[in-house]
Amino acid sequence: MAQTETAPLQRSGPASGSGQGSKPGTGSGAMPNVYASGRLGKSVPWIVLGASLLVSIAIFALVQVASGGGFNVAGAVVLTGVLNGVAIYLTALLVEGGRQAKDRLVTTLVSSAFIIALAPLVSLFITVLSRGTARFDVQLFTESMRNVVGEGGGALHAIVGTLIMTGIAALISVPIGLLTSIYLVEYGRGALARAITFFVDVMTGIPSIVAGLFAYALFAIFFGPGIRLGIAGAVALSVLMIPVVVRSSEEMLRLVPNELREAAFALGVPKWLTILKVVLPTSIAGITTGVMLAIARVIGETAPLLVAAGFTANMNYNPFDGRMQSLPVFVYSSYVSQGTDAQAYLDRAWAAALTLILIVMALNLIARLVARAFSPKLGR
Amino acid sequence: MSSPAVARTESAPPSKPVQRLGDRIFSGSTLTAGALILATLAAVAAFLVLQSVPALTENPEDISIFTSGETFWTYVWPLIFGTLWASALALVMAVPVAIGIALFISHYAPRRLAQGLGYVVDLLAAVPSVVFGLWGANTLAPLVQPFYLWLTENLGWIPLFAPPASGTGRTILTAAVVLAVMILPIITALSREVFLQTPVLHEEAALALGATRWEMIRMTVLPFGRAGVVSAAMLGLGRALGETMAVAMVLSSSGIISFALLTSSNPSTIAANIALSFPEAYGLNVNVLIATGLMLFAITLAVNAIARYIINRRKEFSGAN
Repeated sequence: MAQTETAPLQRSGPASGSGQGSKPGTGSGAMPNVYASGRLGKSVPWIVLGASLLVSIAIFALVQVASGGGFNVAGAVVLTGVLNGVAIYLTALLVEGGRQAKDRLVTTLVSSAFIIALAPLVSLFITVLSRGTARFDVQLFTESMRNVVGEGGGALHAIVGTLIMTGIAALISVPIGLLTSIYLVEYGRGALARAITFFVDVMTGIPSIVAGLFAYALFAIFFGPGIRLGIAGAVALSVLMIPVVVRSSEEMLRLVPNELREAAFALGVPKWLTILKVVLPTSIAGITTGVMLAIARVIGETAPLLVAAGFTANMNYNPFDGRMQSLPVFVYSSYVSQGTDAQAYLDRAWAAALTLILIVMALNLIARLVARAFSPKLGR
Repeated sequence: MSSPAVARTESAPPSKPVQRLGDRIFSGSTLTAGALILATLAAVAAFLVLQSVPALTENPEDISIFTSGETFWTYVWPLIFGTLWASALALVMAVPVAIGIALFISHYAPRRLAQGLGYVVDLLAAVPSVVFGLWGANTLAPLVQPFYLWLTENLGWIPLFAPPASGTGRTILTAAVVLAVMILPIITALSREVFLQTPVLHEEAALALGATRWEMIRMTVLPFGRAGVVSAAMLGLGRALGETMAVAMVLSSSGIISFALLTSSNPSTIAANIALSFPEAYGLNVNVLIATGLMLFAITLAVNAIARYIINRRKEFSGAN
């Protein structure tokens, strides 16, 4: 009974302000909160940021009025960042002391690093979207560049070429890459496996243009110098694609729990059937994701195709005969050799760049969806 | 294959497990695939060397890509310089930003946002290099040109910013900025992985001693992740060295050796030079270009090998591999 009486008394105590010295700082206005004193409030950094934004806008508006030029958005943003850093450091230095001030300065720097990285990304997407839509029409997907000099024409020959060469590259790389990763995970022991792992690492580092030179050198030996073939482009792409497939598949195969393999062995299943029926189905989602990401990586490659497959204005369905255009090379050649009507060539380049980005984004998105939808539930 | 029958009749424990036909075909094909990779790499090296030899052995007077009196080595040296210089500039710009982003995602951003922000940075890696080239030449170069003009006028006494400024903005600094943007996602992704693997107990111990968040990062996260960040930077460097299209499209080069960042006469890079010259090359010029490609291959190989060496040396501490 005594407790039920004292509780309301204590609660009302600080409010009445009577001498209850044993309970300091329980939300009373008179007593300072020791945990909040000497610290900046949560809203202070945002207020500082807003203030520095206003100041820099004011400065650049004055400059604009004085010089008569346009409003310098990039300059205003940079000045905002600098002002904000200095202001938050000084504010914290005065209120919280040196260590906290440094902490807040680093927080500002780290956050602005992220914004610095976003700037090119946003600028790139805005540019490609705004300039690419000018020629992003039906004609782009239904016509080639045969006999087109100025306006008009399309990139159908380049899209077909890209699909053919990337398709052949995938047909070469996926079996080799997958089988190699199975060898590394399931069979490989000793020096050979170590050598393969090492040289797959080396292959990952081959510059793309060197892969193109290799494919050219290989085919030049059989067909004479100056040869440009779709299949050579596909070989160059698969040199770049194989190590990516090996790496990702190997990682996925290693994720399969050993218990599954042991259970299969205990039932008397041969090793090759265990791999085919147990290990691969368990990891197929991850492997598919890896393959799609590898395709997304090589589909945007320009340099090896420029060297090995060349460029042309004509449709070519046969990878074993003659030059073959591809989408990235189409972007490059439209940009480099602008004809009399330069704007038409640039518009086509941007529209093809937009198409290319859309294809790569779609592949990435599908890959992530596959990974999420079909990954085995391992209870983790 | 006569041993299994013998083993069974003797009723001793079989010394080797039974080898089925399917097993042998399957393991044989996986072995073949692995060996094929080794063969491919050997072929890459062999063909490149084979095609490079004429560039070194033939009389330089007969090779039309050389100006008079030039040999292969005087031809390739400015290109090597340009490659290293552009990549080094890109690395200097990319590494601090990448470390900042990696820290932001791993230790500063709200947990729920962190993964989404990671995807955003990975988007940069998905953009094809030719699109970066188009963007750099058409958008970035005109944007930074007034800034270059200002730099040469006000800081022209620094050798790096020596005037005259390029009128198009397509200088080696612009190319290096594009390269930096391109290698940013690689360095960020690897550094982020390493930072996330810092033992939580270390971080909590630092915080419990009263450290601020920055002090905690400086005392635990950065020392733990140093090797990983270095190797990430080296892998990014490897990518920047071999990057072709962005440089070929952005840079207007004249094949000289110069440290000046903002002028219109810039050194070219090996990869960009191949891309620009190869479509029109004929005869021995092709061999010369392939030989420069071999040099590029050797340089990137060395850089990547150093990166792998650092990763492997610190394997037990960091998760960068």
